[in-house]
Formats: sequence, structure tokens, C-alpha cells
Amino acid sequence: MTAPLLSVRDLHVTFGLDEGSVRAVDGVSFDVLPGQVVGIVGESGCGKSVTMRSILQLVDEPGRIKQGEILYRMSGPNGQGETVVDLTKLAKRGPQMRAIRGAEIALIPQEPMAAFSPVHTVGDQIIEAIQLHHRQWRPDGSGLSRAEAREIVVELFRDVGISMPDQRVDAYSWQLSGGLRQRAMIAMALSCKPRLLIADEPTTAIDVTTQAQVLALLRELQRKYGTAIIFITHDLGVIAQMANSVVVMYLGRVAEQGPVDAIFHAPKHPYTRALLRSIPSIVGETQVALPTIAGTLPHPFNRPSGCPYHPRCDERKGPECAARVPSLQPVDQGQSVSCFLHHDSSDTQ
Amino acid sequence: MTASHSVDTKQPLLQIRDLRKFFPITAGVFNKTVGHVRAVDDVSFDVFEGETLGLVGESGCGKTTTSRCILRAVDPTSGQILFRRKNDEIVDLAKLTREELQPLRAEIQMIFQDPFGSLNPRMTLFDNVGEPLLVNGMTNRAERTDRVAELLKLVGLRPEFMHRFPHAFSGGQRQRIGIARALSTNPRLVVADEPVSALDVSVQAQVLNLLLELQKRLGLTFLFVAHDLSVVRHISDRVAVMYVGQLVELAPTKTLFSRPRHPYTSALMRAVPVPDPRIPVGEVTLKGEVPSPANPPSGCYFHPRCRFATERCKVEAPALREPSPGHFVRCHFADELDLTTAF
Repeated sequence: MTAPLLSVRDLHVTFGLDEGSVRAVDGVSFDVLPGQVVGIVGESGCGKSVTMRSILQLVDEPGRIKQGEILYRMSGPNGQGETVVDLTKLAKRGPQMRAIRGAEIALIPQEPMAAFSPVHTVGDQIIEAIQLHHRQWRPDGSGLSRAEAREIVVELFRDVGISMPDQRVDAYSWQLSGGLRQRAMIAMALSCKPRLLIADEPTTAIDVTTQAQVLALLRELQRKYGTAIIFITHDLGVIAQMANSVVVMYLGRVAEQGPVDAIFHAPKHPYTRALLRSIPSIVGETQVALPTIAGTLPHPFNRPSGCPYHPRCDERKGPECAARVPSLQPVDQGQSVSCFLHHDSSDTQ
Repeated sequence: MTASHSVDTKQPLLQIRDLRKFFPITAGVFNKTVGHVRAVDDVSFDVFEGETLGLVGESGCGKTTTSRCILRAVDPTSGQILFRRKNDEIVDLAKLTREELQPLRAEIQMIFQDPFGSLNPRMTLFDNVGEPLLVNGMTNRAERTDRVAELLKLVGLRPEFMHRFPHAFSGGQRQRIGIARALSTNPRLVVADEPVSALDVSVQAQVLNLLLELQKRLGLTFLFVAHDLSVVRHISDRVAVMYVGQLVELAPTKTLFSRPRHPYTSALMRAVPVPDPRIPVGEVTLKGEVPSPANPPSGCYFHPRCRFATERCKVEAPALREPSPGHFVRCHFADELDLTTAF
């Protein structure tokens, strides 16, 4: 078995607010293998974005990584000899973290309009990143001139399907349409040849037809460069198309994880099942009541005891659901679930 | 097709005829008009009493402008918006003055997209939901309290919440509050502009169920504007598809999804990701970008992106026709193309 590129182990992130502390991420563990696409699904407030920001050490105050490890297998100098670093131990603004951000792990943010500076051309912003992380292109450390970096950007723009790339490099972000801006954002994320790409809802703000083009582009680039991708979305259709494996999160914990086929065709956690049932299908019966999940998402200050999903669960097993927190246990080939229905209630955390 | 038959026998509540809305583009010191954004460009359709008509299309296709014209939030450039009032009197909403519109406002209401921006954060639920009642002459506070309590119950909220402020509620609950406010004046037509697109899937299902149930109970007519095709398919009796300000296809939901006649409709449906990893990812059939409504292409607006475009499509603009009863399409080759989908 190949060693994971990224391994998140028992991650806890809390936000200390005046009213008390919020456990945004409460013991999350998952692995990302090299070249694999991991889909992270969950509703707002489930901690998916905070988990991703923790990987890049971008959690804002008053958020704090309280516990856990984020092990990243870093490529050594000249691409030889790999070292495993724990990202949580690195200083947020230290040189090591800054060398990783953008160069090793890149982010495609959710809102392409807000992600680019409106007072610099998109080309300038990408050139800056390339010159900063010039070792990704020139491992001998010889540096790149502006003209050379610009050449790379034009090539990247062509790669991501931006027409007239040599003119678009000098455009400002507000001169580009939503689809083009998102493509420019992808070009920026790929500009330093990252080995891991975190895509935080990259297609939420764009239309379905543009979304189809962007997803096709990401799949193609992923094949070409072998980049591993963590794909965060709440759109289960997008997950089904993109991911090799899926992590389902609920209230800061992993409810279930496994290969994409198992998650969609043999979901084990009641939450995963309920979530899949609640989406209107493009093939099913119309104008009938959709199965819903009872109740509402609890307030972050008011976390339920035991299994965080138990008050809304329609397959509740018994009193242990309210008393103890189920741990993530393997149930099938590569699939694990944190639910007492699927493991002995003695395995608690 | 029982749904379409039952609809056919009903009278149209709203008839839109040749609706146009052009926004001027101005330039220079004197703000000279140099062109027009043809946001809505010759749109005609009917909405029957008691049905849900879905209006879909990509951003910038004019679906929101169309719905805003109906509410007269923007004034149409030309065309008719015929609305049948409670007493069967037919009025043209496009021609009325603000004063003449006032009594009609109660009959046409709107549900907004953003549940966070559409409620006044400084007003309690009682004031938010009760204000339309006050404006429409229900000045007795006790009477209004009863009505607000009844409305909150109707949308599945506890009447005790009446004196809380909107910040105390989640997105789904706020959307329910917005629905309660829209229903406060007993409207007959409700225009819902992307009412569930800001919500999580599990909450989205709850709100869709609520809308379906309310329609059944109160006999409401919905114009449902959305970009999510699976949501529109789920809730609508008939669906209209817009592209660059024009209506390109309108048909009963099942017909439209199983046998679309316009290449754009078919491409739009193929672009929807199916939540099943076993279904292979289809080829991307729609490439390029939506043309600007300020400078639409010649002939058929869709021809630069259409797989089936011919010379004729480049020069001759197709008209909206009805090749089979109840199925409208704007394409020269609607009869010849076989666009049957897997749905």
C-alpha cells in the first residue's frame, strides 16, 4: 500500500469565544493518497472548511488547533528523499510553512471574485507566486526572470483553456467572466506545481454548464500532473463525478468514510443515508415529499452528548448513542463508520 | 400526463406577451445611450392557476429580470403582463401606475433567495411577517398577532418565536419566515426567486416539502425561478428554459426532461452531475461562454455553441413555435433533432 501524502490524525480545532469555546473540528482523521481525489461532504458548520484551513495553518483567531497531527510527506530537495512533517508543529508565519503554502499545497478558494486582487492584473499575481516559489520550476535555485515567469503563466492559461492567453494575462480579475476567473484561479493554484490541491467549493458560484467544463478541466489536469485533490463540496453529484474516496462530516466529526462507490451504493451511517435520500433526483418521482432529516443542526454551543447525530437519527440504537461517542471503526474494504450500529459499543473514545 | 391535463383545463392566471426589458448602456460626459442590454427579449408564456412553472437558465439569461418585471420591481420596456384578479378582471401589470398597482400587491408576493438579507434584522418576526398586513389595512394589533401566529404555524415554526429577532434563526428557519411573510396577504401568485439555493441539502428538502404542501393546501400558483435543474424538475408542473433573454423551450416537466427539443435544453441537462458514481461522466457538450445580452449573436442566439448549427441558424432567427400541443420551442430543427436523454 502506498504511503499517504497527507494524513490528518485526530484533529481538534476550537474557537475560544466570549460565550464559551466552540469545537469546530472534534477528532477528525483521514488520509489522502498521492494522486487521489478525496471528496469532503457535509453541511454548513460541519467543520470541513476549518479542517482545510488547518492543513494550511490559516485558521484565524480565536481558532486554535488544540490537538492532533497533520502529517504531510514533503518532497526533499531536488525531488529526492521525502520527509514527513507535522504541519501543526510549524510556526504559522515561519519559513517552512510559507514554503509549503502555494508550492506544496495549494488552495482554490470558493469565491474567485474575492480571491484575486482587483488592483493588480491576474498575470502579475500569478507571476509573483511563481517567482516566490521559483524552486518548483528551477530546482537548482537559479531564480526566474519576470519574462520567464510570464511565459509560464501564458502556458498555464492555455492549459486551463483560457482563450487568447497572452492578452488575458494582462487583464484584471473584474474584466473576466465567472468561468474565466475560476480558470485563472485554477491556473494560479497549479502555478507552483503543488502535489496537493485543496479545492474549497470551487464550482458553487458558477453555472452548471461552466461547472461541467471546470470539473472536466480539473479531472484532466489531475491525470496530467498526478496532483492529489481534496475536493470540498456540498453537491453530492459533483462528489460522485470527481472523487475516488469520500469523507462525510457531521458537527466536526467524520461520520463515515470510504470509496466513492461504497458511500453512494452501500452507505452505512444513518446520516449518509439520510443525506443521499434528501436530494431531489433528476430521474426520480416528482412533486412528492422528499425524505428529510428530522430536527435542525444543533447550535455549536449546544452540542449533543454522545454521538453528535443521535437526536436527529432515525436508526438510533439505544441509550448508548446518547451516552458515548462512537469511534471511527472499519466496516468494509476501506470503509469506516462512526456509529454503534456497526460496531461493538465497547469501542468508545 | 394527468398533471398537464388538469392544468390545461384551468385558466391562465398570468399571461406574459412579448415582454421586453432593455437596460441602456451609457457612455461619455452626457451619458449618451450607446447600446442596450437586452435582458429580456421577447418572452411570452402563461402561468395557469394552481400550477408551478419553473423558470431555468444560466446566470444572465434574464430569468430574474422577467420575475422582477412581473412584480414591477423594474418597469418593462414593452409587452403585456396580463394578470387575472380575484374577480376575474384582467389587468395589464405593465401599464399600471404605482397607485393602481397598490391594491394588486397583496395578490402577488415574492420569496427571496437570501434568507439573511431579506429579513429586517431590527424587526421581530411579528413585525417582519406582520408588516404586509399593516400596510394592507390590518391595523388592529390583536388581530395581527393572531394572523402572524397562524402563519408561523403554517410554515412549521412555533408562534412563541414571534417576539424574537431574525438573528436567532438558522437559514432554513429564516426561509420559512420569508415564506410566512409572502403568504401573509393571501396571495394567489407567488414568485420564488431561487428560494432554496442558499440552503444546505437537508434543509433544502424541508423547504421544498413545505412549498409543495402549502401549494396543495392553499391552492397557490408558483413561478419558481432557479438554476438547479433537479430542484426545478422536482417541484414544477411545467418548465421554461431561458437563454440570453429569450425563452427557448417550454414544456410539461416530464416531457421536457425525457424529450427536450432544443439543443440548449439537452446540453443543460447533460451538464448536471448525477449523484451516482456508477454513471459514467458524460462528455462536455456545451463549450464556450454565454454571449453578452448587450451584443447577442446573429440569427439564433445559441448557434455559436450549438452542435447542430447550420448556415440557416447563423442568419435567420427562429421564432417560438408549438410543434406539439403544450410544447414550445425556439429552434429551426426542433422536429428533426433527436435529443432524447437518459432521464
